[in-house]
Amino acid sequence: MTTEAPEKQPAKKEEQEESFVKLFLHNLWSANTVVVTILSIFLALLIGAVLIVISDSEVLATFSYFTSRPSDALTASWDLISQAYADLFKGAIFDPAAVQAWFDGSGDWKTALNPLSETLTYAAPLVFTGLSVAIAFRGGLFNIGGQGQAVIGCVTAGVAGFAIGLPAGLHLVVALAAGLIGGALWGFLPGLLKARTGAHEVITTIMLNYTATLFLGWLILQNGVQDPDRTDAVSKTIESTAGLPALPQPLRVHLGIVLAVLVTAGVAWLVNRSSFGFELRAVGVNPPAARTAGMSVGRTYIKLMVVAGALAGLGGAVQVLGTADRLTGQVAGNIGFDGLLVALLGRNKPWGTLFAAILYGGLRAGGNLMQVDVGVSLELVTVLQALIVIFIAAPALVKAIFQLRDARTARLGTSMAKGW
Amino acid sequence: MRGITKRFGDLVANDHIDITVEPGEVHALLGENGAGKSTLMNQLYGLLQPDEGEILVDGEKKVFRSPRDAIAAGIGMVHQHFMLVPVFTVAENIALGAEEVRGGPLGWLDRRRSRRDVLETSKRYGLPVDPDALVENLPVGAQQRVEIVKALTRDVDLLILDEPTAVLTPQETDELLAVMRSLAETGKSIVFITHKLREVKAIADRITVIRRGRTVGTTSPDTSTDELAALMVGRDVSLEVTKTPADPGREVLEVSGLIVEDDRGVRVVDGVDLAVRSGEVLGIAGVQGNGQTELVEAIMGLRESRAGSVVLEGQNLAGRTTKQVLRAGVGYVPEDRSLDGVVKDFTVAENLVLDLYDRAPFGNRFSLNPKAIDESARERVDQFDIRTSSPHSTVGTLSGGNQQKVVVAREMSRPLKLLIASQPTRGVDVGSIEFIHNQIIHERDVGTAVLVVSSELDEVVGLADRIAVMYRGRILAVVSPDMPREEIGLLMAGVVTQEAEDTE
Repeated sequence: MTTEAPEKQPAKKEEQEESFVKLFLHNLWSANTVVVTILSIFLALLIGAVLIVISDSEVLATFSYFTSRPSDALTASWDLISQAYADLFKGAIFDPAAVQAWFDGSGDWKTALNPLSETLTYAAPLVFTGLSVAIAFRGGLFNIGGQGQAVIGCVTAGVAGFAIGLPAGLHLVVALAAGLIGGALWGFLPGLLKARTGAHEVITTIMLNYTATLFLGWLILQNGVQDPDRTDAVSKTIESTAGLPALPQPLRVHLGIVLAVLVTAGVAWLVNRSSFGFELRAVGVNPPAARTAGMSVGRTYIKLMVVAGALAGLGGAVQVLGTADRLTGQVAGNIGFDGLLVALLGRNKPWGTLFAAILYGGLRAGGNLMQVDVGVSLELVTVLQALIVIFIAAPALVKAIFQLRDARTARLGTSMAKGW
Repeated sequence: MRGITKRFGDLVANDHIDITVEPGEVHALLGENGAGKSTLMNQLYGLLQPDEGEILVDGEKKVFRSPRDAIAAGIGMVHQHFMLVPVFTVAENIALGAEEVRGGPLGWLDRRRSRRDVLETSKRYGLPVDPDALVENLPVGAQQRVEIVKALTRDVDLLILDEPTAVLTPQETDELLAVMRSLAETGKSIVFITHKLREVKAIADRITVIRRGRTVGTTSPDTSTDELAALMVGRDVSLEVTKTPADPGREVLEVSGLIVEDDRGVRVVDGVDLAVRSGEVLGIAGVQGNGQTELVEAIMGLRESRAGSVVLEGQNLAGRTTKQVLRAGVGYVPEDRSLDGVVKDFTVAENLVLDLYDRAPFGNRFSLNPKAIDESARERVDQFDIRTSSPHSTVGTLSGGNQQKVVVAREMSRPLKLLIASQPTRGVDVGSIEFIHNQIIHERDVGTAVLVVSSELDEVVGLADRIAVMYRGRILAVVSPDMPREEIGLLMAGVVTQEAEDTE
C-alpha cells in the first residue's frame, strides 16, 4: 500500500475489492458443507473409476503388458471409464443424441426426457423418507424406522387404493391420507415409548421395521388382498382412480415429485418458521434448556415421531400409488434405509435432502443405463453411493485430501463477537 | 515467556505478552473472561503453539509440541473443566497417560504401584485423596485435588491452575488456597488464573493483569481491589452493589413444608418454609449441594415435590408444569447457564424468546413471527448491553457474561411477579457482574419479589435484603445482610449456636 496521501483513497478501495474477492475464494476453499459435498462426490467418482477398470477383465488384461505398451492400457481404461460415466450422465440427465433427434424431428420428446423422468421417479419416495429422517434428527431423534413406516404407508395406501371405490381425485387423496396416517401411527409408537419409558428410538424403530415387513408379507397372502388370478404373493391392482397422475408412457414420472417439492417446502417452513419447529430444534440440541424454558420434551418427541412417520408413510404411499401400482413383498424396496443416507447427504436440511434424493435418483437411473450399455454392474452405483456417504461422514478426510482450511476460521465475524 | 503472540484468524488473542514466573512464587494471572489468559497458558502447556515469541524454562529455550513435552519440562496444568474419567478410580485416573506396566510392553497395569504413588504424593503435599474412590462419586473439590495430585505425580515444578475456584465452595476455596501456599513453600511455582479479586489478594505474590490480549501491568497484592478491577476492565467499576433500602410489600411467594428428593431418592429439601415479599430480595446462602438446586427446581415445576406447598399470590404452583409456572409470572435464571439457560446453537434472537416463542407478539401456537422476534432482539441487545456482532450470531460465540445477559434479558423482558436467579453471575466477568446485579436490583425496585440463590457469600450479602441460610435441606435461619460474614459462614457450615457441630 502506498503512503502518499492523495493516492490513498483509491488504493484503499481497490484493496477492499480485492479483499472481497480474496474472502470469496478463501470461503470457497474453506471446508463449508457445499464444498465438502461436491468434493466427496468427486472423490467417490475417482475411486469408482478405479473399480470400473478392475471389474472389467478385458481392460484389466491390457495392464498385463503395461510396461511394454502402456498406451493400450491407458486408452482402454480411459475409454471404459469415460463411457461408463457418460452413460451415467445420459441415463440420469439427458442424452445429447436424443435431444438432437427431438429438435431435428426425427425423435420424440419422450425419449429425450426419459432420463430425467427416471431420475425423478426414483427420487420421489426418497425425498419423503429422507425428510422423515432429517426432521427427526433435527429434534435429536435417530429415526431408523423410516423403512417400517414407509412399508406401513405402502400397505395402508395400497389397501385404500384397491379396497374402496371412490371417484378419481378423491380416491387419490384418500389413499395418500391413508398412507400418511399409517406411517404416522408407526412413528407414534416409538415416540410414545421414548417419551413415557425412555426406550431408545433406535431399538424400537428397528424392531418395528421387522414387524412392518413381516406384516406386509402376511397381508398380501390373505383373501381379499391377494390377487385372485395369481398364486404368488401379489396383491390386487390399485384402481386407476387412486393412481398418481403420470406423464404418458413410456415416461414414468408422476405427480409424486411435485408433491415431494411441496412437502419439502412445508417441512422447511415447519422446521424454521413454526412454533413446533422452534421446539423441536431446541429439544434437538439442548433438551435441558428446552425443559427449563417450559417446553415439554416428551410431548415434542411424540409429535416429532408422528410427523417423521407420516412423512415416511407418505413416501411409501407415493411409491405404491405412483410406481408400483400393487403390493408385493418388496414394494417399498429400500426407500426407508436409503432415506437415512439421503438425509445425511442433505445435512438434515429440507432442501438439501430434496437435492440429495434427486442425486440418488440420478445415480440409480444412470446406473441402469451403465449396466445395460457397458456392462458395469448396478452394484457399482451402490458402491458409489456408499463412497459418497463415507466421505461426507468423514469431512476431516476430505479436508485433509484437499488441504481445505477450517471453515471456522474462515467464517468472519462470528469469532469477533467473543471479544478476547 | 517472551513476546508471545497468538492469532486466531483475524483475532489477536495474545499480543506480545511477556511473563516471568519465579521459583516458589504464586503468580496470579488476572483478567476478564476472554482476555486471553487461558490461551496464554495453553501455549505454555503445549496445547497451542505460539505464532511468535519464545518460551524459556530455566533460561533454556523450549518448544512444546504437546502437553507431553511440557510435562517433561516440568510444567503441569489443572484445567477449569476437569479432564478425569468419571467411571475410573482416583488411582486409575492419576495413572492414566503414564501407566506403570509390569511384564513388558504387553504386561498388565501395576495398580498397586500407582496406588502407592498416589498415597505418597497426597501425603507429601497434604492433599487428602482416596485412591480407590470412583471419581464420579467425589464432590467437585475432591475431584480438583485429584487433578492437582495427578499433576504433582508427574514431578512438575510449575503448576498452572486455570480458574480453579470457579466450581468451589467458600470452604473448598480456602482449602485450595492453603494447598497452593504450602506447594509454593516447597519451591513449586504456581500460575493461578482467575478473575476473582479477593482470592488474588489473599494468595498471590505477584499479579499480572491481562486485558484484550495484552499485559496491562504487573503489580503486587497490595494494590486495592478497585484498582485491580479497573485494570482488568479498563474503566472504573463498582464492586459494591448500590441500592436503596428495600420497601417490601405483600407476600408473593410462600413455600411451606416443602420436601423434595433428588434423582437418587435422597431427601435433599427437608421441610423448607420461605416467604418472599414484593420489592425485596431474599438471598439463599449455603454451600453448594445443600438442596438449593432442588428447592428452586421444585418451585419451577422441573422437579416433583414429595410434600408441601408452593403458593404464588394465592395460586398453588405445586403440580404445575414449568410452562404454567413461567406463565404465572415467574422469571427464572437457571444456575447452569450452558446446560439449562441457553441453547448454544440458537441465535441470540432465538434464545431471547426461548420461553415466549408461542405467544404474541413473537408467534402463536402454529407459527413464529420472525419480524417481531428480530425487532425485540435488537431492543434487548441494546437495553441489556449484550456484546454480539449481530442478534443472528449463535449464542455459543458469545462470552459467558454476554450469554448470561441473554438469559437475564429474556427473563426480565416480561412482567414478573417473582424472579428466581440461581448463581446469576457464575463464570461471568466483572463488568457483566456489575450490570447483572444492577438489573436484579432494578427488578426489585419495580416491585418484583426476587429470590437469589448463590454459593458466593459476597454476592448474597451484596444483593439481599434478607438472607436465608440453607444447610442440609433446611433453612437454618433468616438473617440480615448486616450480620458479620463469619457468623453467616458458620451458619452455612451448620453451626447454629456457639458449640461446634460435626462439620465437613
